[in-house]
Amino acid sequence: MNALRSLGVEQQVALLFLILFGLLGLASIAVFVPTLRAQHSEQADPHLRQLRDLRALWIGTVVFWLSWISGPVGATLLFGVFSFLALREFITLAHTRRSDHRSLILAFFIVLPLQYVLVGLRSFDLFSVFIPVYVFLAIPVLSALAGDPERFLERNAKIQWGITVCVFGLSHAPALLLLEFPNYAGRGAFLLFFLVIVAASAQIVQELASRWLRRRPVARHIDRSFSYRAWAAGALAAALVGALLVWITPFRIWQAMLMGLVAGACGTLGEFVMKALKKDAGVRYWGNQSSVTGAVGLLDRVAPLCFAAPVFFHSVRWYSSLAA
Amino acid sequence: MTIAVKVMGLLVSFVARLVTGAQGHWKGCPPEALQRIYFANHQSHLDWVLIWAALPDDLRVRTRPIAARDYWTASKFKHWLTREVFNAVYVSRQRTDDQDPLEPLADALQNGDSLVIFPEGTRSNKGTPLPFKSGLYHLAEQFPGVQLVPVWIDNVQRVMPKGEVVPVPILCTATFGAPMQLQPGEDKRVFLERAREAVTALRPLVT
Repeated sequence: MNALRSLGVEQQVALLFLILFGLLGLASIAVFVPTLRAQHSEQADPHLRQLRDLRALWIGTVVFWLSWISGPVGATLLFGVFSFLALREFITLAHTRRSDHRSLILAFFIVLPLQYVLVGLRSFDLFSVFIPVYVFLAIPVLSALAGDPERFLERNAKIQWGITVCVFGLSHAPALLLLEFPNYAGRGAFLLFFLVIVAASAQIVQELASRWLRRRPVARHIDRSFSYRAWAAGALAAALVGALLVWITPFRIWQAMLMGLVAGACGTLGEFVMKALKKDAGVRYWGNQSSVTGAVGLLDRVAPLCFAAPVFFHSVRWYSSLAA
Repeated sequence: MTIAVKVMGLLVSFVARLVTGAQGHWKGCPPEALQRIYFANHQSHLDWVLIWAALPDDLRVRTRPIAARDYWTASKFKHWLTREVFNAVYVSRQRTDDQDPLEPLADALQNGDSLVIFPEGTRSNKGTPLPFKSGLYHLAEQFPGVQLVPVWIDNVQRVMPKGEVVPVPILCTATFGAPMQLQPGEDKRVFLERAREAVTALRPLVT
């Protein structure tokens, strides 16, 4: 551990990615080899799903790595593109009306780039209030100017909600990369890594727990597997993983557990909410399969991050203001 | 093909994919390099671009749109874009007695090219397509060997409603149905109604 600490920041981060890619490579081999043997049998199906999940993990890791090596500008741009794609999918599902056209142009071509410019400039105070305060007023004003009173509140609520989740929420991920932390300069990648890992562990453990526990689902019409116990198991697992990862964070061990708990719990709840949204929009398929509207399933993938990142970011920032 | 044409083609398909996703759902037939007439519902100026971007590269070069000569040759850029990039078939909107308006289309089909046509003749925004014009029937009669593929284009009217200039990014799909044929001795009106129903049947249930 001391040898690790003596390495430079750059080397530590490089090591992190080396370990990450190594683990992914091993996992891929472990999943891929049985598929060679199990061809033409019914067993191949879960393997195919695992392969798909692994592909998503690979893409995620490569994106994460690219965002690190390309620096603040690259990371901001990259997450900006993700925001754009997620918002595009959201608006497709939201069934906007013709008179929303101007508001949508504002959302896609002005609000989204500005929010990411604010991230890139590290002006975190304005970044935190830009969408909840200023855009919150601008969208309904434009909408009212369009002169269509039909379902006015509903339409504006949808657009504001979409911007908050897809732009405001997701922009906190690159913000973590750029956050200046006392005695922790240049280690933003570790924070983002911490967030992604704890959120992913919470998701996986919740999934497994719901299969083992077989509890009665809380909201059958939204998610057949979501139960309080499975959710709590996921959050606890996230806390444990957080504690295991304490050495890459600026936190003490109980703080890392708490952060992991909060981020994991928020991430899985965010996914749950997104499921409700897709059910409402009439999407029957989940994940990679193309659906009736042509939605490609990016929204489900980034949902945990969209909801967990702001909570995590502001907890960290609040903590750092205490520590400073 | 010059570099400018190639770059423009890549740019147009990139923007189309960025804004609409341009997903092609091949439900009724695979995307094969057969000679085909694709006929689709018409809701927006972007319809053609969406079908074009949804086609695989090798089909794109042999699939041609129909363009109104007076509008699309009016400026140098429009003419260049439709002639070089999209390889459009020009038709005149003014009818003259001595010329068959379908002649340029027949020439293109004779040449072995595929066509994309919008048999409603104009843009509709009522959800269901308008009655089809008879051009499709005459082409089907003249070229029985060409596959007639119905296409439903969904969501495009939300991307750019009439009167707006800036498109809003919304995912769109082009659903390709099973090829149909003109039955021997089939009445013109019956055939056109059948073709229209084939297009409407591809509409996704949840809208």
